[in-house]
Amino acid sequence: MSSPQLEVLLQTLISGLLLGGLYALIGIGMTLIMGVMKIINLAHGELMMVAMYIAYGLFTLFHLDPYLAVFIAAPALFILGVLLQKFLINPVLKVDSILPENQVILTVGIGMVLANLATVFFTSDYRSTPVDYATKAWYLSDFWKSSPIELSLSYAWSMSFLIAVAITIALWFFLARTDTGKSIRATAQDNDAALLMGVNVGKMRVITFGLGSALVGAAGCLFIPIYYLYPDLGGQFTLIAFVITILGGLGSTVGAIIGGLILGVFESLTATYVGMGWAPVGRFVIFVAALIFIPGGVVSLLRRQKWGK
Amino acid sequence: MGQMKRYAPLAILGLLAILPLVGLSTYALHILIMVIMWSVIGMAWNLLGGYCGQVSFGHAAFFGVGAYTAGIVYSKGGASAWWGMPLSIVFVSAFAMVIGFICLRLRGPFFALATLAIGVILRVTAENLTGLTDGDLGIMIRERTWVEKTWYFYVILILAAITFYLVKKVIESRLGYYFVAVREDQDAAESLGINTTLYKTIALCLSAVFTGLAGAFYTNYMGYIDPKVVFALHDISIVTIMIVMIGGVATFWGPVIGSVIMVLLAEVIRSIPKLGAAHHTFFGILLIVIIIFLPNGIMGDMPKLRRILRMGKSS
Amino acid sequence: MKPLLSVRHVSMFFGGLAALHDVSFSVNKGEILGLIGPNGAGKTTLFNVVNGFYRPSRGDVFFKDQRISHLKPNKICSLGVARTFQVVKPLQRMTVLDNVIASAFLRSRTKAEAVRTATEVLGFTGLLADRDVISKGLPLGKRKRLEIARALATSPELILLDESFAGLNPSELNESIQIIKDIRDRGITIMIIEHHMKVIMAISDRIVVLNYGERIAEGSPAEIRANPLVITAYLGVADNA
Repeated sequence: MSSPQLEVLLQTLISGLLLGGLYALIGIGMTLIMGVMKIINLAHGELMMVAMYIAYGLFTLFHLDPYLAVFIAAPALFILGVLLQKFLINPVLKVDSILPENQVILTVGIGMVLANLATVFFTSDYRSTPVDYATKAWYLSDFWKSSPIELSLSYAWSMSFLIAVAITIALWFFLARTDTGKSIRATAQDNDAALLMGVNVGKMRVITFGLGSALVGAAGCLFIPIYYLYPDLGGQFTLIAFVITILGGLGSTVGAIIGGLILGVFESLTATYVGMGWAPVGRFVIFVAALIFIPGGVVSLLRRQKWGK
Repeated sequence: MGQMKRYAPLAILGLLAILPLVGLSTYALHILIMVIMWSVIGMAWNLLGGYCGQVSFGHAAFFGVGAYTAGIVYSKGGASAWWGMPLSIVFVSAFAMVIGFICLRLRGPFFALATLAIGVILRVTAENLTGLTDGDLGIMIRERTWVEKTWYFYVILILAAITFYLVKKVIESRLGYYFVAVREDQDAAESLGINTTLYKTIALCLSAVFTGLAGAFYTNYMGYIDPKVVFALHDISIVTIMIVMIGGVATFWGPVIGSVIMVLLAEVIRSIPKLGAAHHTFFGILLIVIIIFLPNGIMGDMPKLRRILRMGKSS
Repeated sequence: MKPLLSVRHVSMFFGGLAALHDVSFSVNKGEILGLIGPNGAGKTTLFNVVNGFYRPSRGDVFFKDQRISHLKPNKICSLGVARTFQVVKPLQRMTVLDNVIASAFLRSRTKAEAVRTATEVLGFTGLLADRDVISKGLPLGKRKRLEIARALATSPELILLDESFAGLNPSELNESIQIIKDIRDRGITIMIIEHHMKVIMAISDRIVVLNYGERIAEGSPAEIRANPLVITAYLGVADNA
């Protein structure tokens, strides 16, 4: 492999990993909701879109940095998630109907309304937040003068990635160490057993939906400096979140992280070597392959390894 | 009463058949054609989703493959786009079999989401396979068969009549019993000797073929298709689900009633200048309201509706 | 005499856990074989293996000298093995008659034939009066009987009954016992899981006892009643107390 080719490959892998870190955050939100509530939230990407418009609004009105907007958008999304769960999703869980997929269809309806309202209020124009660090980057040659290849690392991408990692670690602490976190995990593992052990399952569901929304909301703020914003972007990210959860294993947080990274790298590779327009197809090729070859997701492979020993 | 019910479809068919003779406006005829076309798609979806319980979020994939079969026969084959109708049966059923092999191993919501993904894959593929589909430019049928809409009306009416008849026949036969058994309990069905994979695949293929036929008709009727329109997630796949849910899941007339409501509603909303842009919001809210209050649709929740109406009268 | 069904050295592992361990026995044509054991002994797992829901981790199941342990449930059913479920699984939104018609189609060429079989089976199981009831609304006792009716409608040679008596009141219990005897008199072989000791002792020709996934005893009801291993399994280790 000649050095320009190597350069392209390494650069592609780096941007894939950075993208994957953000994808992981989106996927974790989805997988938490799926694990605890056993429903698929097809408004997930739309919730992210809402958070992005919040961050965008804060930037245009008050010049608030999108990274700081996390502290406003994530709590706002938490509240939105709680309200949606309490007043729309919960009632439907109790309704008897021929198709159990009603809950999924309901979230589609919610997503449609959110996306359309965004169009009404903000028009379908593409927006972005022109932060001054958006175009800056570190270069490998700045650190290593005689480096045979040149690689760059965008400020914004690496910042978003690092914050995503920090949030993930914080979430891990929350789930592993706090009482609420433990109750959420218990509910995800066995609803009935959790109920018997005195966990307030109904409350955990509400919190989980809020938490999942807040996570994807935070991801939205991290995407803002590096991505365009438009009302219909939600659908695409809902699908990404879903692909990640299937790829990683349903309801598994570790799986979502691995799934997000795999998807990020794979998309980056498709974009470089097949063509930009084909990246979404690459995404679904992975999805379909995962469905056929590893139905339990990457996590199931890891578990099998453990049993083997 | 029983007699009336039996002949109702024939009576309605006869009534519709003479409608163009009384001199409808072009616009009214267009609305009617749209209602009937959506009924076909709704009935097709209902066969798979309502009766067999396999909820598809990606019927746009079958609609689009049908539409593009007609389009490509014309643009690349140089033949009449009407050949797309018989050809779409072959292509769509082959395509549905592949999709079934991949997606039908999934149950419930996971099947739904896999089909959703398939719909998106097809759209992106059609956008990028420019050699075959001309990508975003779409395909334009330059020589229209008829200037008048009347004949298009009769074509889609015949297709709808065939679909209605076949769905009814299928549902009353062994297939219908097996479909519903699969919907109600796959494990029980399997243990009663029903090859669930086989019957789910049959339901998927039948459903896909009728949806594809509607797509092929669409190409001929509209004279123009592009990937964003025929593979649309919201405006095709989700609208199809809404039509069936509003009208009544697993009922014969549900999809028909649902299409009347949805098509008229869409027209009304679009005609109000300020609200036009917000029509998805209305659809979404309608969907949410239906799911919460009439989860089995107008036909399915008829007793509940009657009770509510009676209460309104007595008070 | 050649056995109708033979289970040979079947083991079933879930993860590292053995739900069944090297279980062997056979069912003879025309008999009622009782399968008993404490909770978690692996009885339902065994049914799931015979019926094809699980593929055994080790060992084989033969039905009429044909290996069936690699087949799917629907294939096994069409060979002549039908089952009921402990947790009843009616086709909820179908009427009782439609439930049975759906399974009668297995051996019927036309719908009229399926309706005839279904009606006959409903008469046999005493559900004819409830034929137009949506099965979701059926009381538990009748739902249990609907399970039996559905299994019978597939015209099986062997029928696996999983706790068909649980939760029945005394009069329903007597009715169901009579139905099971009638089924045997029709020449259909029966393997039955039951907790109700009196019932199982009264109707079984032979009994197999499972405990912790292993077959610990096999014999006539009288032999089983006298078997110390069985008594220990049910009452715990008596001498430790």
